[in-house]
Amino acid sequence: MVEAIRDAMDVSMQRDDNVVVFGEDVGYFGGVFRCTQGLQQKFGTSRCFDTPISELGIVGVAVGMAAYGLRPCVEIQFADYMYPGYDQIVSEVARLRYRSNGEFTAPLVVRMPTGGGIFGGQTHSQSPEALFVHVAGLKTVVPSNPYDAKGLLIAAIEDNDPVIFLEPKRLYNGPFDGHHDRPVTPWSKHAQGEVPDGHYTVPLGKAAIRREGAAVTVLAYGTMVFVAEAAAAETGIDAEVIDLRTLLPYDLETIVTSVGKTGRCVIVHEATLTGGYGAELAALVQERCFYSLEAPIARVTGWDTPYPHAQEWDYFPGPARVGRALKAVMEA
Amino acid sequence: MSDAGRLSFHVPAPAVRPGGTPDFSDVKISPAGEVRRPEVVVAAEEIRDLAYSIIRVLNREGEAVGPWAGQLSKDELLEGLRHMMTLRAFDARMLMAQRQGKTSFYMQHMGEEAVSCAFRKALAPGDMNFPTYRQAGLLIAGGYPMAKMMSQIYSNELDPLKGRQLPIMYSSREHGFFSISGNLGTQFVQAVGWAMASAIKRDTKIAAGWIGDGSTAESDFHAALVFASTYKAPVVLNIVNNQWAISTFQGIARGGSGTFAARGLGFGIPALRVDGNDYLAVHAVAKWAAERARRNLGPTVIEYVTYRVGAHSTSDDPTAYRPKTESDAWPLGDPVLRLKQHLIRLGAWSEERHKQAEAEILATVIETQKEAEAHGTLHSGPHPSARDMFEGVYETMPSHLRRQRQQAGV
Repeated sequence: MVEAIRDAMDVSMQRDDNVVVFGEDVGYFGGVFRCTQGLQQKFGTSRCFDTPISELGIVGVAVGMAAYGLRPCVEIQFADYMYPGYDQIVSEVARLRYRSNGEFTAPLVVRMPTGGGIFGGQTHSQSPEALFVHVAGLKTVVPSNPYDAKGLLIAAIEDNDPVIFLEPKRLYNGPFDGHHDRPVTPWSKHAQGEVPDGHYTVPLGKAAIRREGAAVTVLAYGTMVFVAEAAAAETGIDAEVIDLRTLLPYDLETIVTSVGKTGRCVIVHEATLTGGYGAELAALVQERCFYSLEAPIARVTGWDTPYPHAQEWDYFPGPARVGRALKAVMEA
Repeated sequence: MSDAGRLSFHVPAPAVRPGGTPDFSDVKISPAGEVRRPEVVVAAEEIRDLAYSIIRVLNREGEAVGPWAGQLSKDELLEGLRHMMTLRAFDARMLMAQRQGKTSFYMQHMGEEAVSCAFRKALAPGDMNFPTYRQAGLLIAGGYPMAKMMSQIYSNELDPLKGRQLPIMYSSREHGFFSISGNLGTQFVQAVGWAMASAIKRDTKIAAGWIGDGSTAESDFHAALVFASTYKAPVVLNIVNNQWAISTFQGIARGGSGTFAARGLGFGIPALRVDGNDYLAVHAVAKWAAERARRNLGPTVIEYVTYRVGAHSTSDDPTAYRPKTESDAWPLGDPVLRLKQHLIRLGAWSEERHKQAEAEILATVIETQKEAEAHGTLHSGPHPSARDMFEGVYETMPSHLRRQRQQAGV
């Protein structure tokens, strides 16, 4: 998935001179996850460069650049580090179009690795998507595989609105279903690891059905898509797994159609429970599908604690927990 | 064990509070004409003294003296005076309009008119300001239609921002005026980004960032200086030190020593301090910094030493925290009166012409105000629709917003 993300930036930089890429360790070295490797050599230091360690500065200068007419695609080294730049994201990036009545806009992308699974502890594991979805004016995207990552990132860079692009870091090197004690499967052995050359987009705001089923709908994104698929396979429950891909704007039609069909819904995310994106999804399903529901909606999420270090796998909502929720919803 | 004894906690306080006698003896004023004018090709450490002195052109007799003088023609000075007088008259009318309930909020410039009016004339077309809320002189001196400013303040049907933004938070790309946020400090680092973009694209345009003395304490200020210094961004970084951040005297942001300008030195950025109430000095220093930026020599920090004569905003009462007569004691005088005195001295102006101009300007402002009010004020007459509220959040309205608009019944 790292190569797919890099390729998306490469393709975008080739097509549009206004696309610039920068962040901490992003230039010469190519990023701590190697997502920008080679871009500086190829496009020069004016198009891809290292920045001081200041997330506020990275996002702040990106706003100014976007106002000038560039399309910055910046990297925050870990989503956990974005808070110093959060004021710029919320008060500036998100509202610029609105408050200036379209005179100035911020067509920029803020990429950041998200989620746990690498023993990163509380400062390299967070999933802050709810903090972005809550902000009017932002679009929030979480890809789950290389094909989507490339197509969604190109679409995000070409979008005229600001996009928060959360890359599940545990998926960088392969699909991860939560079985941390099993060997890692590389993307090369996975169908969605196939990434076409050149330009293509995956539209923002469209979900994908990863596994068709009739018994229960699972709403997931990022790493949790594979966890949900594993849970369905292991419990033998005929679950329909929906990969939301874009959290805002969301694809309500796909969600409503599926829950209307199955009558049951389990929502899975790695982020904490309370006030999480799952709460919004549960409310939407309740509002739209109340008369189709045959069981209470269930949520399987990270616990409402900081992301722990040694207890990572007790915290992570793995296939066993998701499987239990599927069974409970089926038995309700 | 050390014999240093117990520690004590230090909180800076202004010299005088309400009821006391105003005292600005701590503001060290350099005599007009005394501070040197270096070449624009200069390193920060070669002009450290300029971050601690005050560049001044107009002396007490109204003469323009020293190496920073002689940059503006009589006509340009007359135009500058007119801009400042217009801004003052505009402020007076809008302040009154707020008191009459025609808008929710207003912020005036009294005492600070020279800073934005003179700075604007140092820029070229296409340059971009990232202003804060007390630089409307950039618009007035830049020829932005006053009726549009008023319509924005009134949030009426002609409000270019459709009623979405607080009064005075103008935006005009065409006039080199970036949308004002209302958050403090955020624009400072954005100005650096705009300047970086101009350099990336091998353009010729430069940017100007604006921040107040109080907001220099925000992280945005430091990020702006780091990025400007690192990438030698073609940007002028303006700090307007008007002595007061609402009720908080500038010593709380500055600490007990140094100057705001001197903060630039630590980043290797040339930094100058200038008399913000001296139209000629402001213009000369702004021109110097703009030339450095334009010649790809990098950023400059400028501190404008001025005084906020009025309240912070219409929601503020300065008599609660500073002596009523403090502004009279301000040693750098009034920018309008000082330029007026200079022009009279040059033989280009007179008391009579000044009075006449004041009356003419006020009549024009009142005329424009009537015109704007015919299109509505905040609580009466035509104004942007509730439907407008849902527009422009995104380029195209997502379905969840469309549903909410339907729900709102607009």
